[in-house]
Amino acid sequence: METVKAKRTAASNKVGIKISGAEALIHCLLAEGVDLIYGYPGGAIMPVYDELYKFQDKLTHVLTRHEQAATHAAQGFARVTGKVGVAMATSGPGATNLVTGLADAQIDSTPIICITGQVPRHLLGSDAFQETDIIGISTPVTKWNYQITKASEIPEIMARAFYIARSGRPGPVLIDITKNAQFDEFEFTYEPCNGVRSYKPVPKPDPAAIETAASLINSAKRPYIVFGQGIILGEAEAELKAFVEKSGIPAAWTILGLSALETDHPLNVGMVGMHGNYGPNVLTNECDVLIAIGMRFDDRVTGNLATYAKQAKIVHFEIDPAEVNKNVKVDIAVLGDAKETLSQILPLIDKNSHEEWLSEFHKKYEEEYQAVIDGDLNPTKPGLTMGEVIEEINLASKNEAVIVTDVGQHQMIACRYAKFNQTKSNITSGGLGTMGFALPAAIGAKMGAQEREVVAIIGDGGYQMNIQELATIFQNKTAVKIVVLNNDHLGMVRQWQELFFESRYASTVMTNPDFVKIAEGYYIKAQRVEAREDLRSAVEEMMASDEPYFLEVRVEKEDNVFPMIPSGASVSDIRLK
Amino acid sequence: MDNKWFTISVYSENHVGLLNRISGIFLKRHINIESLNVSKSEIDGVSKFTIVVFTTENWTQKIVAQIEKQIEVIKAFYHTDEETIFQESALFKIASNLLFDERQIQNIIKESNSQIVTVSREFFVLAKTGRRGEIDEMYQDLKPFGIMQFVRSGRIAVTKAEMQITALLKEFQTN
Ligand SMILES: Cc1ncc(C[n+]2csc(CCOP(=O)(O)OP(=O)(O)O)c2C)c(N)n1
Repeated sequence: METVKAKRTAASNKVGIKISGAEALIHCLLAEGVDLIYGYPGGAIMPVYDELYKFQDKLTHVLTRHEQAATHAAQGFARVTGKVGVAMATSGPGATNLVTGLADAQIDSTPIICITGQVPRHLLGSDAFQETDIIGISTPVTKWNYQITKASEIPEIMARAFYIARSGRPGPVLIDITKNAQFDEFEFTYEPCNGVRSYKPVPKPDPAAIETAASLINSAKRPYIVFGQGIILGEAEAELKAFVEKSGIPAAWTILGLSALETDHPLNVGMVGMHGNYGPNVLTNECDVLIAIGMRFDDRVTGNLATYAKQAKIVHFEIDPAEVNKNVKVDIAVLGDAKETLSQILPLIDKNSHEEWLSEFHKKYEEEYQAVIDGDLNPTKPGLTMGEVIEEINLASKNEAVIVTDVGQHQMIACRYAKFNQTKSNITSGGLGTMGFALPAAIGAKMGAQEREVVAIIGDGGYQMNIQELATIFQNKTAVKIVVLNNDHLGMVRQWQELFFESRYASTVMTNPDFVKIAEGYYIKAQRVEAREDLRSAVEEMMASDEPYFLEVRVEKEDNVFPMIPSGASVSDIRLK
Repeated sequence: MDNKWFTISVYSENHVGLLNRISGIFLKRHINIESLNVSKSEIDGVSKFTIVVFTTENWTQKIVAQIEKQIEVIKAFYHTDEETIFQESALFKIASNLLFDERQIQNIIKESNSQIVTVSREFFVLAKTGRRGEIDEMYQDLKPFGIMQFVRSGRIAVTKAEMQITALLKEFQTN
């Protein structure tokens, strides 16, 4: 791998020959190992598209049908591969269409680079056609951004962009390139970036903090681990598992930590948060040491902070110093990359087991099973539940699929019930909750992991927020499996209206089109399921297909997702109904 | 926690977009910047932002952490008034005839320790450096006579303790 990359870089360094900024940009992408990007052309980025045409044997450009979709596809790609995803757009409206994806990638720490065209340098600030201040607009939603106005800046800035996007706590970077810089010629050489003077991506672990953390963890009677996406981003899955197994400590996950530890692991006790599992939420307020790893105490996880884990000593393993004590005051902060800190603490951890404490999670699970899970997975009422659909997908995929979810009830149900054997398999918009995320993200995920089954689970609302991407799927023969759980409502909002606004269903009832016909209009195989007896065979047929496939499942219209921590309530006040 | 005055000092690379990024951190939290000054620092090529806020220490800590996270920021600190030596500057433009007609103005100039920067036929300009309170006082004293223009700078401050930026930069470079 390394030698291939080195060769590419060498080939890209056309010493002594002048090339255009646009061509240089392509060489930068190739030197960084990029062979797939998403985007949409337009006036201010045309010189780059002209080069993409010339380099199409080395670099595939996937034309999405909306720039927002290009960002989500790049995110989906980044989330399954761990590499940097790349999206491209023209200036003005092309650039502003990237903002939602940037914000999503920023809050979910996803490494992507967005490249935008810009009006020529001499027209900047003149309100030229399709000029928009995308640097100003994207500043709050990027880890870094930069406007290139001279061709010769391209190699150094692109190298820096890749370095910043993927290092430390990853995040989105936007590079805006004025049109003159795309046309101008210069002598190209490329040096990968491995440091920026003012930027320290990973804090050095402090051995003293690790020792104190270890002795606190060793002396705990009811220790409890909550892990987040930091494990996946830091590729610390093996280290987490070793830590969990040696210490015998029950471990729960945040929605973005899902799939970092296989679902069926005996110490995996489930999900924390608003629609998480009962035990993991309630027992947060009964543990004596809470070990948070690579998670950021989001309000959807903590509920009311004033009553969150007040009885516990808290250890926080975290790469980003700004996250420490941001929401929850911690007793010990172990700064650093989770892979490094977990391997350093492991030898200091006593081999242990916490059977009695673990059995409390099991008891709580039993309560939740009786009150919620059994009804979700083995319903006896006539209407189909979202839960049973997910269970069928688990069965048909043998827990091996990448599950991409949109936002709403189906997302919570999918994350609660989907099972995973491998990491980087759960792709969802966690922090921003972006409806419209799943369909394009699934495209990126499938292209990043072609050998894997990729199933997008989407609500009828969110599906229609990027439904145009069916065209991208058709054009590229991207074999994603699309499952729309159709309840004819904006289900999650309707649930809140039912519970907290006396069932006043303001603008949450939807009259939907014929989704099967729409999919067929894009030449995608499609099926609709309305009865339980047809579900299994339909899911099996979908999973067996090696082409894109659309499955609409008509589910119960007014089901609710439980358990639920009402917003502002304590994790211990999670409701089972 | 009570609101207090804090001086935030930010050492950074000189980068066009950084001011926007830093002010966005305050905007996002709905915290007002009471004063802002950007200048060069004691290190060649390193800029220094001096930002004054009136808020709780808890918020200040979080803001400083967010500022420090920005790629071009080398280090950010916050200090209380007791931990810093700080000053502001002000300019007063006043009609020249008053300088000769109003004895009181001459007393104010003397007592306030301000300097006359320039005198022309129409106006003269007074410069005053000091604490915000002293400048306010001088403003109140001069106001009855008529001030043609007034401007006050942001706070500039140095800390009593060492900042150790040079050491930090070395550490960054060897990492
Ligand atoms: C872009 C965007 N707009 C609005 C919302 C608010 N919102 C959250 S969930 C939801 C309903 C989603 O409905 P649907 O896609 O049908 O999924 P369901 O909840 O029914 O499974 C809405 C409107 C959002 N998360 N994202």
